[in-house]
Amino acid sequence: MEDKKSLRAPVSQKPHVIPKPEHPEYLGGSITVEINEKKLTVPFGTTILEACRQAQIHIPTLCHHEDLCVAGVCRVCVVEVEGMRTLQASCAFPITAPIKIKTTSNAVRKARKHIIDLLISEHYGECYSCFRNNNCELQSLAKEYGVDHYNFGHVTQPRYEVDNSSYSVVRDMDKCVLCKRCVRTCIDLQEVGVLEAINRGHNTHIGTFLDKPLAEVICINCGQCINRCPTGALRANDPRDEIWNAIDDPTKHVVIQTAPSPRAAIGEEFGQGPGKSFTGELNTALRRIGFDKAFDTNFAADLTIIEEGTELILRLYKALVKKEKVALPQFTSCSPGWVKYLEHFYPEYIDNLSSAKSPQQMFGALIKTFYAQKTGIDPANIVSVALMPCSAKKFECNRPEMNSSGYKDVDYGLTTRELAQMIKEAGIFLPEMPQSHFDDPFGEASGAGLIFGATGGVMEAALRSVIEFVTGKRVEDVYANADITPVRGFEGIRYAEIPIAEVGSVPKLLQHLIPDWNWLKGATLKIAVAHGTANAKKVMEDIKAGGKFSECHFIEFMACPGGCLGGGGQPIPTNEQIRKKRAEAIYNEDKSLPVRKSHENRHVSELYEMFLTDGPCGHNSHKLLHTHYVKRGKYIA
Amino acid sequence: MLVVEKNALSEEIESYVEKYGNDRSALLMILHEIQKKHRHISEFAQQEVARLLNIHPVEVYSVISFFAFLNTNPKGRNLVRICQTISCDMKGKKQVVEAIERELGIKIGETTKDNKFTVEYANCLGLCDMGPAMAINDQVFVNLTPEKAVELLAKVK
Repeated sequence: MEDKKSLRAPVSQKPHVIPKPEHPEYLGGSITVEINEKKLTVPFGTTILEACRQAQIHIPTLCHHEDLCVAGVCRVCVVEVEGMRTLQASCAFPITAPIKIKTTSNAVRKARKHIIDLLISEHYGECYSCFRNNNCELQSLAKEYGVDHYNFGHVTQPRYEVDNSSYSVVRDMDKCVLCKRCVRTCIDLQEVGVLEAINRGHNTHIGTFLDKPLAEVICINCGQCINRCPTGALRANDPRDEIWNAIDDPTKHVVIQTAPSPRAAIGEEFGQGPGKSFTGELNTALRRIGFDKAFDTNFAADLTIIEEGTELILRLYKALVKKEKVALPQFTSCSPGWVKYLEHFYPEYIDNLSSAKSPQQMFGALIKTFYAQKTGIDPANIVSVALMPCSAKKFECNRPEMNSSGYKDVDYGLTTRELAQMIKEAGIFLPEMPQSHFDDPFGEASGAGLIFGATGGVMEAALRSVIEFVTGKRVEDVYANADITPVRGFEGIRYAEIPIAEVGSVPKLLQHLIPDWNWLKGATLKIAVAHGTANAKKVMEDIKAGGKFSECHFIEFMACPGGCLGGGGQPIPTNEQIRKKRAEAIYNEDKSLPVRKSHENRHVSELYEMFLTDGPCGHNSHKLLHTHYVKRGKYIA
Repeated sequence: MLVVEKNALSEEIESYVEKYGNDRSALLMILHEIQKKHRHISEFAQQEVARLLNIHPVEVYSVISFFAFLNTNPKGRNLVRICQTISCDMKGKKQVVEAIERELGIKIGETTKDNKFTVEYANCLGLCDMGPAMAINDQVFVNLTPEKAVELLAKVK
């Protein structure tokens, strides 16, 4: 795509990106500007907004977001630049000359107040009935600039219908202020391309292709737009009422499984800084709310690793020894957003997707079969809730094929934000809760399951098991502390090669599938990790073109930037710094756990001994733990 | 839509892409060509353009919805656009519109049953000194009176 010159083009179509120099002063390209009569030297091309932030001067923003490209549409960040006739949007003004800037003059204050007032004049809805109350950027701006009067009128009647067709994302365009953050998220950041500005001028609204409901277009339900919306125009489809009803119903046995990422982020909803896990506190809070059991999704993540790892080994065995034609590389299938992305955009590759279900759905199937049998509870009376950092999980649990237990495997997907709301409704302040453990029979999970929450985590967890299975050596002897650092980090696409120099004996779990490992001796395992669908797209295009990723054996894809910890159900705001903090919290918790490898989880081994007796990828596990996918395509009829 | 029709449309759009290039800046020219030939840009055509230019269908739709001269639903064979801005209004646009509506039996924004005419408002045609003005297809007529407007419509095939 070398001829794509437009700056507005999505990331993957841009010719190349010049990284910002880390030490610009060495390059000599710096300029001294005067901000509010104070001198400041900044690198050439820094925007006024960045310069002001360096100088600790607060500039209000609305359409600006760290993850997204510059838009300059809301004008809230205007400043006065000496010698220019009009006020300038500081987020979109690169400094190329020694200018003088005023950020607090009367003209600026007045303009900002009017701009916010104008934004509100088109914003319908009452703050106290909005889920973003007290966490709304428009509301805080109005407060900050003392907008106490509708000088330009106010919408008193709804103009749009709320689009709640999707299981995951609800759109209420009456609250939209046209900042286009969702558009930039969908087109530039995720490259899915569902939302765009429709019509012109005063009639503009954000819409989908032909203004179809969200459920009928190619939305992958990643919910990144929700996390970036400054108002309440986008939200997740909220199942709180149904869950409260189930909790209040004495005939229902309500269980909840909690994913790793929400624990590392839920504190943010209670005013705690990012980067602290509240696992123990959350368990107590869940029981106090009225959930009968609190389970750990990481247990199912361990199971996923065994199933998905076995599937990979079988695929390699078929390809290398039996010379059969199998789809390689194998793609992970844990991220429902990614799965739907592939179904829409690369349906010809769905055979490459691991048939193993995501941890959420595996657990759902087990709760209504294994757990129901063990405890003697009628599965019809079990209500299974999944706490996920994700809006796409809501769609996933509603997929028609997800009923292998005979019932709907997971009844409700609940996001971190919604659970925080439930905890608040129950009058609980989470950080002050005493700590408690997860419930049995799935009480123990490994650190490998935990790190699923960060990008590269599934790969690392799988490698910890596969390396031990194949080489017979301890991972700690290969990678210090069992931290497989090549797959960690936040780089969009990561690639690693793992040479298999020697092989050990086949572990008991796999003996009925593979006779020995000799066929892997001297081989090199090629793996890759991609997060955010824009990066996934790059990898897929490379595979299509027969590049280096087509030679990979196993690729982890996550739909959201940063993996699950940056998911669409996580607390708002989410940005690069917060994602890093959450990842730290997850990796620290992993370090503190006694069991850090999926195959060492004794509950998983028990499950294979007692319930899934024909082993990983056997008949029973295929029935309960594996699924199939739909070729959706991207054409909308 | 029949497969044959779809294939023909795809081929047609491919020829436009060949002519104007597959850069996203070629979008408007391609849309104009489709509009000219089919009098509308169908759902399928939009998605084909998106595929060939490697952009998202919603971006194509966004552009179409922005421009008044592009539309997604079929219109009549002849497009009548009446200037609705202030100078034409002051020179008697209202009477002209009423005469046209009466003559064709439709309201502004509608299409006649025989698919011959679609009447709509246009913003300033740039002929404020000669108002009221209207455009029938690509041709502009000025200094209209109700009678003159009806006469002009009668001449259109």
